[in-house]
Amino acid sequence: MEQTKPAARDKKSGAPHMVRKEYLGRVIVTICGLFIIVLTLAIGAFLVYKGIGTFTVYHHSVFEFLFSSDWNPSSSGSSGGGTVGAAIFIFGSLITCGLALLIATPFSLAAAIFITQISPKLGSTVIQPTIEIFAGIPSVVYGWVGLTILVPFIRDVFHARMGGYSVLAAAIVLAVMIAPTITTVSADAIRGVPGMYLEASYGLGSTRWQAIYKVMVPSALPGIVTGIVLGLSRAFGEALAVAMVIGKTRAFPSSLLSPTTNLTSAIASDMGNTADGSEHNMALWTMALLLLLISMLFIILIHFISGRKEASEK
Amino acid sequence: MKRALASVCAAALALSMVACGSTTSSSTSESSSAAAGDSSSTSAAAATVSGTVTASGSSALQPLAQKAAEEFNTANPDCSVTVNGGGSGTGLQQVADGTVDIGNSDVDAESKLDADVAATLVDHRVCVVTMAAVVNKDVGITDLTKDQLKDIFTAKITNWSEVGGPDEEIILVTRPSSSGTRALFQEYALDGEEEASNAALETDDSGTLLQNVSQNAGAIGYVALPYIMNNDDVQPVAIDGVEPSLENTYNGSYPVWGYEHMYTNGEGSEAAQAFINYVMSDEFAPEIEALGYGVTSKMTVER
Repeated sequence: MEQTKPAARDKKSGAPHMVRKEYLGRVIVTICGLFIIVLTLAIGAFLVYKGIGTFTVYHHSVFEFLFSSDWNPSSSGSSGGGTVGAAIFIFGSLITCGLALLIATPFSLAAAIFITQISPKLGSTVIQPTIEIFAGIPSVVYGWVGLTILVPFIRDVFHARMGGYSVLAAAIVLAVMIAPTITTVSADAIRGVPGMYLEASYGLGSTRWQAIYKVMVPSALPGIVTGIVLGLSRAFGEALAVAMVIGKTRAFPSSLLSPTTNLTSAIASDMGNTADGSEHNMALWTMALLLLLISMLFIILIHFISGRKEASEK
Repeated sequence: MKRALASVCAAALALSMVACGSTTSSSTSESSSAAAGDSSSTSAAAATVSGTVTASGSSALQPLAQKAAEEFNTANPDCSVTVNGGGSGTGLQQVADGTVDIGNSDVDAESKLDADVAATLVDHRVCVVTMAAVVNKDVGITDLTKDQLKDIFTAKITNWSEVGGPDEEIILVTRPSSSGTRALFQEYALDGEEEASNAALETDDSGTLLQNVSQNAGAIGYVALPYIMNNDDVQPVAIDGVEPSLENTYNGSYPVWGYEHMYTNGEGSEAAQAFINYVMSDEFAPEIEALGYGVTSKMTVER
């Protein structure tokens, strides 16, 4: 009560001043908010404008772009006449990200359960902060470590043909990169499960393990899936770390130990050497557009999942 | 302060325009070299240029352009030359758009831009660059015939034992299909045959390529000569018995070389012309060779 009094007096005496401040704040916040929306839309529109050139200017079919592996776009002038089948790049992105999820999810989920249920004290004081530091390490560092440790390791241990540059190396690097995201989001989701669920399950005579995997994990599932999708979208957009270890061989991988390439590496390695408006350049923009569409899809997925969660809670 | 600097620059620019207005391209190299030798004296003020020059493009040419920019800036304190990378395509695009004054490129403008756009650019062949195939030292091969080289890079030969080496699988290490280095190597070492991209590791830059070749047994790749000037980690390969060297490039016996280009939009600005003339001057020539590039005027053959 005593604390609110001075504030109330302030409001009375300095009303015009406060109003001005009130409006100023609102205007700034509104402008910033609108700016972000406009910026996002502008980038999206630009990517669409650039990306559809492959289909409108050079008359390739969407089917060819997505499902053909015949990649030989012309990079001279606006003559066109090449082929733009990006299937190898798309497949490379899918396989490395899929594998990364397969590797990271079990570890992350187990870690999330450990830091929330099994050892919450150690979890919140030591493990979670450590994991958050992991999430902040720049991807080039992961790529470099992968290149110096992982690639030679795979070469020497598995006798990989192409010097250790492989799908496996890319998947492991990505898994290490996305594990912190999945872990922290999952841990938050598990913490968000109401305590009474756990108590009720103990009351019914379940063991701690039964309570965890029959009650906690299923109720936290939407949050866990959100974490997985977030991790997946980070993995999909990652360029540098993957490019360093994947080998960038333009062929479908014949095994986990053979190199391949992906969307982001292709864009990064060819963008500077292709002139604006050439078929090659346009095809790269189409890849960029595809990446945008995929990440939009992931975001819609997250909204869908969390929407369902809210609906089920009501 | 900024305004004062700007007016000084403007005055110097006006002066230099008067001074250089009548000089032809052949004689500016002399005047700028004189300026470089004696930049502090007042008489040099007439010969030095001012203004800004921006250049971007080829990463193969970047070390040389940067070195030249440093020295040119020292000789012409009123002039500032900035050099960026970005790739040949970017350089050509930007000079055509007028974003930069000089576009550095490993390849002809015609091969990247539309013919009518390329026609507005003026080519300056500032130096010659020699490309060499390099192999991992374990392979122990120092000489290949051109046909062997072609078969190796098109993946017809996949084991070193087929060309007299150890029983070891060949690992191809290449550059992206848009790379100027790759275009040059393909044209003159492989006679235009397409490399086997589906069986090769691709690296974004020559430094990484060298590292890959030196670390993987059985690896073969190709880089520009400047990259192996002071590098003993890899073994350069002679083609048909001719070693990749500046000497062999000058006398025309080694086939895999090309011009490095600096393109200007039209004739280019006064300062840009002066910079390019400095790069091609006799005074800068030893620096070009020290970096591993070839001096254009020393070529006995032409393309």
